[in-house]
Amino acid sequence: MIEIILTIVLAVISLMAAVCAVRAKSTLHAVIASGVVSLSASILFLLVAAPDVAMTEAAIGSGLTTVVFLYALKHVKQNRRDSDD
Amino acid sequence: MIKYMLIILVLIGMAWLFIPLATEFFTPDQANMLASSYVYGTATDLNMPNAVTSVVVTYRGLDTLGEVTVLFLATAGVGFFLRRKNQSACQRRPGSEVLKSGANLLSPLIIMFGIYIFSHGHLTPGGGFPGGVVMASALLLLLMANENYSFSHGLINLTETVSGLGFVLIGLAGLLLLGLNHFLDPRWLGLGQFGKLFSAGAIPMIYGFIGLKVGAEMSGLLDSMQCDGGEQ
Repeated sequence: MIEIILTIVLAVISLMAAVCAVRAKSTLHAVIASGVVSLSASILFLLVAAPDVAMTEAAIGSGLTTVVFLYALKHVKQNRRDSDD
Repeated sequence: MIKYMLIILVLIGMAWLFIPLATEFFTPDQANMLASSYVYGTATDLNMPNAVTSVVVTYRGLDTLGEVTVLFLATAGVGFFLRRKNQSACQRRPGSEVLKSGANLLSPLIIMFGIYIFSHGHLTPGGGFPGGVVMASALLLLLMANENYSFSHGLINLTETVSGLGFVLIGLAGLLLLGLNHFLDPRWLGLGQFGKLFSAGAIPMIYGFIGLKVGAEMSGLLDSMQCDGGEQ
């Protein structure tokens, strides 16, 4: 029973975060929201007994991808500032 | 207005397409022929408990070799486009005191955990790819905390080269020692005792090489992304 409740809660969180990632005004918020989608997806994978996939998703999807996106965002902002000057 | 109507129509159409997926879904209560041959082969042929690793490294080992190659090409592309023009242009913000203390305390433990993940890939969940990424995240933590921290690029490149070469050589050893049809077959090394760290043939070696290679590539990628790039 508690697994079903947890699954529903995580599914709702990941749907809400996905909508946030699409609708967010600031790109930073969108990147963080997409990290939240990956994090809840990794816990969902753990609940359906796929720990290998859950580990990879948590490390790559929510950890590394978010960081790489944030660095890319920083580079884009720097380039925009240079072209404005 | 008509745009929104069209979008809603398309969404309804897609929902209608997916209805059979939801209504006809059932959980199979026994594995099909291919799956059961993999699951039983893991224990009988390869002598190890983790069926996922046996599929990834042995039965579909060639796909893993391709994946590693794709990852190498991706990081090589990032390194090519974001190569630094001059070393001194790299300016980083110093990390806060909390981040510094946390990074110094945690990064050795995180690296050890990454090594644990890929060295026990044939026994417990995990393997080369998550283990390598966990190791790279420890280096990322160090890079973010200390503004003067840098690691040797020669060492990273050497690790990457040696691991990639080692993976291919282990595959070729199967071809040489067991005959044709046995490329990437790990059984040329003794199978050992079930459930021990040194067992399941060459799989711990292959996963060690994959883990080191992924860790080195990801560290190099993060290092080339977090500096420079602004003044191109």
